[in-house]
Amino acid sequence: MSANIVAVLYLISALMFIFALRGLSHPESSRLGNIFGIVGMIIAIITTLMFKSVLSYVEIGAAIIVGGAIGTFIALRIEMTALPQLVAAFHSLVGIAAVFVAAAAFYDPASFDIGKVGSIGTSSLIEMSIGTFIGAITFSGSVLAFGKLQGTVSGKPIVFRFQHTINALILILIISLIVLFVTNQSPLIFWIIVIVSILLGFMVVIPIGGADMPVVVSMLNSYSGWAACGIGFTLSNNLLIITGALVGASGAILSYIMSKGMNRSIISVVLGGFGGEQAASNAGDNSDKIVKQGNAEDAAYIMKNADSVIIVPGYGMAVAQAQHALREMGDILKKEGINVRYAIHPVAGRMPGHMNVLLAEANVPYEEVLELDEINHDFPMTEVSFVIGANDVTNPAAKTDETSPIYGMPILDVEKSQTVLFIKRSMATGYSGVDNELFYRDNTTMLFGDAKKMCEDIVKSLA
Amino acid sequence: MEAHSSEIFVIGLTVFFLACIIGYYVVWSVTPALHSPLMGVTNAISSVIIVGAILAAGPFGHDTSKIFGIIGVVLASINIFGGFIVTYRMLSMFKKKPKKEKKD
Repeated sequence: MSANIVAVLYLISALMFIFALRGLSHPESSRLGNIFGIVGMIIAIITTLMFKSVLSYVEIGAAIIVGGAIGTFIALRIEMTALPQLVAAFHSLVGIAAVFVAAAAFYDPASFDIGKVGSIGTSSLIEMSIGTFIGAITFSGSVLAFGKLQGTVSGKPIVFRFQHTINALILILIISLIVLFVTNQSPLIFWIIVIVSILLGFMVVIPIGGADMPVVVSMLNSYSGWAACGIGFTLSNNLLIITGALVGASGAILSYIMSKGMNRSIISVVLGGFGGEQAASNAGDNSDKIVKQGNAEDAAYIMKNADSVIIVPGYGMAVAQAQHALREMGDILKKEGINVRYAIHPVAGRMPGHMNVLLAEANVPYEEVLELDEINHDFPMTEVSFVIGANDVTNPAAKTDETSPIYGMPILDVEKSQTVLFIKRSMATGYSGVDNELFYRDNTTMLFGDAKKMCEDIVKSLA
Repeated sequence: MEAHSSEIFVIGLTVFFLACIIGYYVVWSVTPALHSPLMGVTNAISSVIIVGAILAAGPFGHDTSKIFGIIGVVLASINIFGGFIVTYRMLSMFKKKPKKEKKD
């Protein structure tokens, strides 16, 4: 095939990817978008297989079948509550694949038209090492993020002295190694760059705690895009550059939205160490205050007599797998003629859009699921707010207490509704370590127990 | 040779910045409810890196580069299939189910 035909086919593939993202602007067009993405990928792969230099169809075919079978198996088996760790695991694969492609280009530059072994052009070497560097960071960062989300590694932020200094030194070391690599093209230096970058990836994610994971997962998403871009520059392949830039931009925007949802700069999230230390200082303040406690029958009675109920789900709902029981509860209330809606905070859960997927899984119609700014002004006209597994995102201290670590974070104004029902396992503080004064208000009733069990009990009481 | 390669780099850079701008506008138009599927899809398409892996695995023989290429193809394929399928699963949950809802 001539270079021009290849370029045109790659362009079509890139356009398909753009349409794939564009489709996600609405649930109705989103499935078509996904098909565009698949078509784009098929075009990209077939075009590449037509290259004159590509001859080992058997090996490549076998590799695609093996990888495809593994991917299909995992994707079909995964529970929707485990999505965040799955996405993290997939990001790590993009990262390590980028490292392998860069290594392949380094060992056999002729296959990629970038020179001969030992005499690769300077710009290619720089692009190659940057791709490797970002790929390796994406790999190890995602592996650690996966561990934290899966619970195999503690989700608590791990902070130690001179952390930022050490990271800065590692970064300087990597830059010096890249300079060295460009001058001597030594395979040893290449692999040292890989290893040190892997180390840096771990170091970057270690200080970041569980609830900051939406930002980290988005950031790693972004990195995986930039890694593809780096490889795209190395191979002078516009398709890789375009796709990498799309993915990079997407991850960056998601990270921005998530950090804004916590009123924190991306920098402060990246530096990490949030939570933990404040926990001690804030505990005990409210020990003498009275908490009004209720049970499932009380909750059922209160909601049955309301005109409107807003349900506020959080990570606790995902942990307890309570979404189905919750939807059942919502259905009964709707049959009673009660206006039931769901309010989603941007950082609820462990990845962007986490709650929306879980509610969709439980067949909650997406029209009933509203974002923070769509529904927040409705709380004063609402009789019951039903908070399930969320805490910090409802804490009024974010508006009133300037000393609070979550001060300035946009919150769902559940306190403005007539009654607040709050499902919680215990009086423990939320992720930020801040006590929630909402628990002690007159119009709040605490429902202690497992979120799923509580919803099921409420369903029984309603029936 | 040097002039030629720098020319290619500038073209790449042009493509890169334009693609970033397209990405910026397209991603802001994504509805927040679909941010998880967005991550699924971007994850799948970023595995277009398979193109590089196929080129490395392409030639006959069994040198280091080819082995790296094959590994790259396997890893990227996991992602391509996994990413698109999990996105498909997520998106099919957002399907409207009007008949079922009314029967309930």
